[in-house]
Amino acid sequence: MTAVVEEAGRPIDLGRRAAPRGRFTVGRTLRYLVLLLFVLVVLVPVYVLLVTSFKGPGDAAPTRAWNLPQVWTTANWETAWSTLSPAIARTVQMVVPAALISAFLGSLNGFVLSRWRFPGADLVFTLILFGMFIPYQAVMIPLNQLVLGLGVPSGVPSLILLHVVYGIPITTLIFRNYYMTVPQELIEAARVDGAGMLRTYAWIVLPISVPSFVVVLIWQFTSAWNDFLFAVFFSSSQNGPVTLALNNLANGALLQDYGVSMAGALFASLPTLLVYVLLGRYFMGGLMSGSVKG
Amino acid sequence: MATATRRRAGARRAVRRAGAPLLLLLPSLILVGVFVYGLIVANARQSATDNHTAAQATGQAPTTGVGLRNYLDLLGSEEFQHSLTNLVLYTVVFLVGTMIIGFLWAWLLDKPLRGEGFFRSIYLFPMAVSFIASGVVWRWLLNSNQDEQASGLNRLFQMIGLDALQNNWWNNVSVGIVAIAIPAIWQLSGYVMALFLAGFRGIPVELREAARVDGASEWKLYRHVLFPQLSPIALSALIIIGHMSLKAFDLIMSISKPANYQTKVPAVDMYVFKSAFDYANAAAVGTILLVIVAIVIVPYLVHTHRQDKR
Amino acid sequence: MRGAPRTSAVAAVAAVAALALAACGSNGGGEPESSGSGGGADEVEVFTWWAAGSEKAGLDALVKVFDEQHPDVKFVNGAVAGGAGSQAKDLLQTRLQAQDPPDTFQAHAGAELQDYIDAAQIEPVSDLYDEFGLTDVFPPDLMDRLTADDGEIYSIPSNIHRANVVWSNRQVLTDAGIDPDATYSDLSAWMDDLAKLKKAGVTPLAVAQAWTQVQLLETVLLSDLGAEGYSGLWDGSTDWKGPEVTAALEDFQTLMGYTNTDRDGLDWPESQQLVIDGKAAFTVMGDWAEASYEEQKQELGTDYSAFAVPGTDGVFDFLADSFTLPVGAPHPGGAKAWLETVGSSEGQEAFNKAKGSIPARTDVDMSTFGEYQQSAAEAFKSDTIVSSLAHGAAVPVATLTAITDATSKFTSGASDLAAFQSELAAANAG
Repeated sequence: MTAVVEEAGRPIDLGRRAAPRGRFTVGRTLRYLVLLLFVLVVLVPVYVLLVTSFKGPGDAAPTRAWNLPQVWTTANWETAWSTLSPAIARTVQMVVPAALISAFLGSLNGFVLSRWRFPGADLVFTLILFGMFIPYQAVMIPLNQLVLGLGVPSGVPSLILLHVVYGIPITTLIFRNYYMTVPQELIEAARVDGAGMLRTYAWIVLPISVPSFVVVLIWQFTSAWNDFLFAVFFSSSQNGPVTLALNNLANGALLQDYGVSMAGALFASLPTLLVYVLLGRYFMGGLMSGSVKG
Repeated sequence: MATATRRRAGARRAVRRAGAPLLLLLPSLILVGVFVYGLIVANARQSATDNHTAAQATGQAPTTGVGLRNYLDLLGSEEFQHSLTNLVLYTVVFLVGTMIIGFLWAWLLDKPLRGEGFFRSIYLFPMAVSFIASGVVWRWLLNSNQDEQASGLNRLFQMIGLDALQNNWWNNVSVGIVAIAIPAIWQLSGYVMALFLAGFRGIPVELREAARVDGASEWKLYRHVLFPQLSPIALSALIIIGHMSLKAFDLIMSISKPANYQTKVPAVDMYVFKSAFDYANAAAVGTILLVIVAIVIVPYLVHTHRQDKR
Repeated sequence: MRGAPRTSAVAAVAAVAALALAACGSNGGGEPESSGSGGGADEVEVFTWWAAGSEKAGLDALVKVFDEQHPDVKFVNGAVAGGAGSQAKDLLQTRLQAQDPPDTFQAHAGAELQDYIDAAQIEPVSDLYDEFGLTDVFPPDLMDRLTADDGEIYSIPSNIHRANVVWSNRQVLTDAGIDPDATYSDLSAWMDDLAKLKKAGVTPLAVAQAWTQVQLLETVLLSDLGAEGYSGLWDGSTDWKGPEVTAALEDFQTLMGYTNTDRDGLDWPESQQLVIDGKAAFTVMGDWAEASYEEQKQELGTDYSAFAVPGTDGVFDFLADSFTLPVGAPHPGGAKAWLETVGSSEGQEAFNKAKGSIPARTDVDMSTFGEYQQSAAEAFKSDTIVSSLAHGAAVPVATLTAITDATSKFTSGASDLAAFQSELAAANAG
């Protein structure tokens, strides 16, 4: 288990072992076939999405879902862009501060709870962690009233607040797991030198936290970008993020424009997909640490 | 005398030790305390009133406490029972699906293979997509028309000669919700795969070698060495996936409609109650969901908390 | 260790401050761009869900008239897209609760307003009716339907739609050996032809998701119970558990048996399109469907026909979009100016011509309107007017939600007729 814990909060290198060359046994061929079959299955929705997004109005109908476009057109992409780009801008405005603040708080918490032992630290951690599991519906009604009462404007400000608050448990978890792997001697050395908790954090721990920060930022970015529940309750199509705008585009329009909806779905997923493609190892690191507890 | 002083000094030191960290934790503690625990209590109190109308919601009409009546009414109503049944069905299928497929993928990719990175990336990318975005295309795929009018997966089955597989997907009142689990499985199997893969890789090679040297068959190797090592991971995966399924809302809003009886789940009920100004019932549904989650999560948290202490 | 507590305290405060700043900081476009000079009459924020299509066209036309009639008041467009109004309704609910109302908002006239009235969120506008001289130019039936229990009226309708209309594809009927001009005296006559269509292999009746099924239900109730019996359902004088209702529900069940199986995943434009494309023969839909036909250059009488649901001739099942005066509106003067335009002859003419509905006023010159609209306006003047169930005129939101749930349950096969009837009765008792 320790091997897995070492990976917590770090980019994952799943220890790819060198593949033995040129032994095409039946077993291996079979494996490749099964894997490829699964690839096809997984890509089925992507095919439909892509193909439909390039189709013109009459062409983009459910009964023609599997056919290639009669005429390839980029009109849908243009329409989707002009409809969704304000929402995408707002989503960026929301996600970046939310990710940064919750990462910072999580890092502070994780450090304190893992390395600066005090009586009850574990209990406090468990209490915080519970917040990650609650269904948000269980607090939605009073939450609505609280946010209204605090005077936080609906839309981006509310969503930043919410994603920060409800991101604290998971970011704390990831950082705590990460800091558990920091050698105690490092901390002790700083303490012996007379550094207080904050100084230890700022000068010793923070600089080595970069990998974990990347993991947390990516995780928070993705989860805030894809959130819909909070968006529905705390914003509107005028001031809300792209998930809300996309749902309106796809499900709310008076006359369904499938080509535009599909292009819109692809647009809305582009940022997270990009993050995943470019920073995949960190992404996986986040997945792991999010679930493997010390 | 000396021991008493030392004990007092020890206590003071403990307080001083706890003081600084707690202060640093204070913002998070306050936020979590209010936004999680405080609101849970507020929600529970709201659910124990008869605040069912707009007039009451704005204070124009009085609300009175009704204890557990809302819960009894809800749990006794056929519609909510249907929601709960749907939720259980959905969760079970979702869990089983992701665990089996995720494990299968991890197992297939565990042994060295060319192009492993490629396969891993493909299986994992659906996780980056939001449920709303994937719902746009899955709505089409899960269209319930069959035969001539078929589109979506039904049409695909026709095209590849698997006509018999056609069915009405989510349009089925008793098991329609299972169809909604399919996009969820598609999106999250990769996550389970990543967990199991890391689990597999985390098992020291020596352990496997030792077992093989001892003459253990492949099956025995899995049963006595690998599975036990993987069980904590499997447990984590179950917990994470399980609690995600209880929150199922986005997919249903995107693929089906809130009004549809076939795909009712508590999370959607809550939204409908809220839109109809029925705040007490909305709050009650929320608390019910919380209790369901807590039944599973709390023991798990207690168990790992005790493990930490050791 | 000595400096630690102090620095930790500073850090804690800094963290909380940063959070507070971020939360209360950038506005992010959350509020409408009203300059809010608090004058009361210099602008009006109009909150609607008319953000696209013919509805937007109608709104634009109305704004033009408004600018002419009230050049000193600035129009601020608060339209919210999505969900055919559900997004807008959700947002409105939030804003009203936060006591941040728009200057005026769109709502369906009739019982849907009851929740707002109970919550003391809108003002009565009965005196405006006198001031603008509307009482004489609205049909008396309509005035009855608009008046709430306390004797006041709470909104001014901008347009009228009719919900009990059948649309048909004439070619499909001809191909199946049915006379496309046939008139049906009641539902059973119609069902005979529906059976014929089913045998011919075409979908007899196209319908979409839950609310369109509720709309179908209301026209069946209207047909079988008559105007008085139907209206009695909402004021308690008709017994929901009685045999007439049972018979009507049986008819509803039969009709649903003639509908397309994928209905629950469709919205009304898609079911309408089934008829336009010739995949289905009939559909029951409000006359906003007319806009689809116009857009696709279909001709009334050649490609399609429109007639009252069999058994409801002489009855106009109405719904109306209307505008309200919220309590605490930032610019009540501007709101009143808007309401005046909405109720004015020029305003109603411009709006309805562009939107495809008909004016609530009976004194508008209809000669420049389309053929269907002219016939609808004639019917409106002379027919008995009843309130639509599915569109918020007959019952408040909570009742409609309960009815919709019961209907969805029934049509998806989870309850039988008896259960359906008792659930409907329970929904209306509360």
